[in-house]
Amino acid sequence: MSLSLLILIVLALGVAGYALARARVTAQANGDRRRLHSLIGYYGHTVFLFATVPALLLLGAWLLLQPVVIDGRVSSMLQPGDIPEGGSLSLVMSDVRRIANGLDTLVAQGQLTEAALTTLRTETADVRGQLGSVGIALGSDVQTNVLEAAKAYRGQQGTAQAVMAAVVLLASVLGLALSYKRLSPDFRARNVFESFVKALLIASSMVAVLTTFGILFSMLFESIHFFQLYPAKEFFFSLTWNPQFRGGSSLGIWPLLWGTLYVSFVALLVAVPIGLMIAIYLSEYASKRLRTFAKPAIEILAGIPTIVYGLFALITVGPFLRDYFAQPLGLGTSSSSVMTAGLVMGIMLIPFVSSLSDDIISAVPQSLRDGSFGLGATQSETIRKVVFPAALPGIVGAVLLAASRAIGETMIVVMGAGAAAKLGLNPFEAMTTITVKIVSQLTGDTEFASPETLVAFALGMMLFFFTLALNVIALIVVRKYREQYE
Amino acid sequence: MDDLRIVERDVNTHTNKITARGVDVFYGGSHAIKGVDVDILDNTVTAFIGPSGCGKSTFLRCLNRMNDTIDICRVKGEILLDGENIYNPKVDPVQLRAKVGMVFQKPNPFPKSIYDNVAYGPKIHGLTRNKAELDEVVETSLRKAAIWNEVKDRLQAPGTGLSGGQQQRLCIARAIATSPEVLLMDEPCSALDPIATAQVEELIDELRAQFSVVIVTHSMQQAARVSQRTAFFHLGNLVEYGETGQIFTAPKDPRTESYITGRIG
Repeated sequence: MSLSLLILIVLALGVAGYALARARVTAQANGDRRRLHSLIGYYGHTVFLFATVPALLLLGAWLLLQPVVIDGRVSSMLQPGDIPEGGSLSLVMSDVRRIANGLDTLVAQGQLTEAALTTLRTETADVRGQLGSVGIALGSDVQTNVLEAAKAYRGQQGTAQAVMAAVVLLASVLGLALSYKRLSPDFRARNVFESFVKALLIASSMVAVLTTFGILFSMLFESIHFFQLYPAKEFFFSLTWNPQFRGGSSLGIWPLLWGTLYVSFVALLVAVPIGLMIAIYLSEYASKRLRTFAKPAIEILAGIPTIVYGLFALITVGPFLRDYFAQPLGLGTSSSSVMTAGLVMGIMLIPFVSSLSDDIISAVPQSLRDGSFGLGATQSETIRKVVFPAALPGIVGAVLLAASRAIGETMIVVMGAGAAAKLGLNPFEAMTTITVKIVSQLTGDTEFASPETLVAFALGMMLFFFTLALNVIALIVVRKYREQYE
Repeated sequence: MDDLRIVERDVNTHTNKITARGVDVFYGGSHAIKGVDVDILDNTVTAFIGPSGCGKSTFLRCLNRMNDTIDICRVKGEILLDGENIYNPKVDPVQLRAKVGMVFQKPNPFPKSIYDNVAYGPKIHGLTRNKAELDEVVETSLRKAAIWNEVKDRLQAPGTGLSGGQQQRLCIARAIATSPEVLLMDEPCSALDPIATAQVEELIDELRAQFSVVIVTHSMQQAARVSQRTAFFHLGNLVEYGETGQIFTAPKDPRTESYITGRIG
């Protein structure tokens, strides 16, 4: 039974349950709907949910677990001698799966009967040739054990599918029957339905939380792997970043961390003042008409892909800064520089600061402004001394959002600041950031299990902790200095 | 309304503080105030009464040009403060508002400490030379607003943490601290309980010694209790203006009589 057919049957059961439930409670209440505890639809919905959701959840879990279980059982049939020199168990297992699929196709096309299949031997038949005729090209002749494993795989897969269909249908019918049996005019269908929906909502929010933990753990394990291969002391305290293909690299985080901070700092130096001034102008001074036009126009900046900003940095801003500032001042001859990346990134971040801060400033109650005006304060005094302090917590939040964007930005840095890991103060020199190096280390030619590749995870981990720390600090600052209105 | 006879009503010696002549206010297309003439006396509490939407708050906000902050609002006619037209383009509304303070319907303390709330006005106008003087102004203002004893031990606590009545008295202290000449109050007791209302009313009576106070109120008892002169507004017109006792006991206009006896409004 195919998967889609199974899902359709379960859904059909659900719909049938809906209709049955309505009919049953209507009959029980002698057609008088006022005698029902809930609206009639809730009885139908409840039975529908009990008939479908548990069965579909079971189906999903089964599909996730089935390959793991079958692979484990089949791979135990293979001998160590079946694995060719330089290969691995997983490669042989993928061959097993392909052969099993090929056998399926052969049976389906009638080239092979089920009876012939059980007696099929590599010694007596050209299995490789037959499989090749249905599009399964194999690198070498099929070995006896592998063929047997493939047959077993095919058999178990078939059995598992049948069992799965039976179990899922049973769950569906059981859910339907049990909930149908409980129906009566006094059954609190609305409450049951609403708790069910609430559980569904909780489960959805858990998806996001669990994903965060999943990301954290996947990085954590690879980072531990990295620190087993490379001394942690070197990683945290070495001041040089110099990966080598043949080992013996120095992988100190400081040049990268410094580059990240330096570029982000320049970016925030551009984005925060400009963004805040835009926000203050838009929320306090600009006319309504100008605001409805200007705000979306500024937000367009946020929609430009970062690679386009990168191009802008590479071909316009970089050469401009080099020709008019760096060279005349004798500070450098590189068009890739911290300044280039920082400036362009700052422009990218302006809407993040301005748009959020604008909303936050506009949310400060008018009564506070009136109170200040009523005391003879000018508009700018009111903004500086009343509105801005009241909006500060939200504004810090907006700046933080911009900061974490800046720290995580990759494309603009690659094209604007270059890829040279350096510790330096000159903003017209090329430097690089953690994110850029994560990309270049992971996409390099080195083996995955080498410290040169795995360092990417340790770097990612540091980035994660770094932004986390930033958020915690900001929370503390905000809590200490906020001036809370209502 | 027996207490009407108890309240002292020696208003004859006072001079005009604010003189309004032919004031019209428009909100977009609607004509909110129609040709109002009124004389507000020094060291007097003047009450504006009338049904909701009659324009009394709007007219009050004309007196310190708070209506300037509303885009669609236009004001015509002249309002003289000590003989000078406040709608003259040469007058800076900011300086005007330092002289004509305002207390709002809903207490709106700034989200700052109690001290900073009161010190706000003196600071922005540079009224004090040093911290000691500022401390003194804050204390005097809080004392005048009858809240000093309640807050003297927690001047650094946030003003938003006070109760509603305390917040309103804090706002009055804040307005007094700028030493205005006129104090406008837009229904200052409508968000307060009876005890806090009584405190604020008592305070208004004391403030009369230093300022000219204009109060908008929905409560006729309140107008009768605190004011010496009363103006009755109806549908944007100033119907009747005179001594409080006369307005409440012998109104000349039939509309005033209907409102006071509860037939309109």
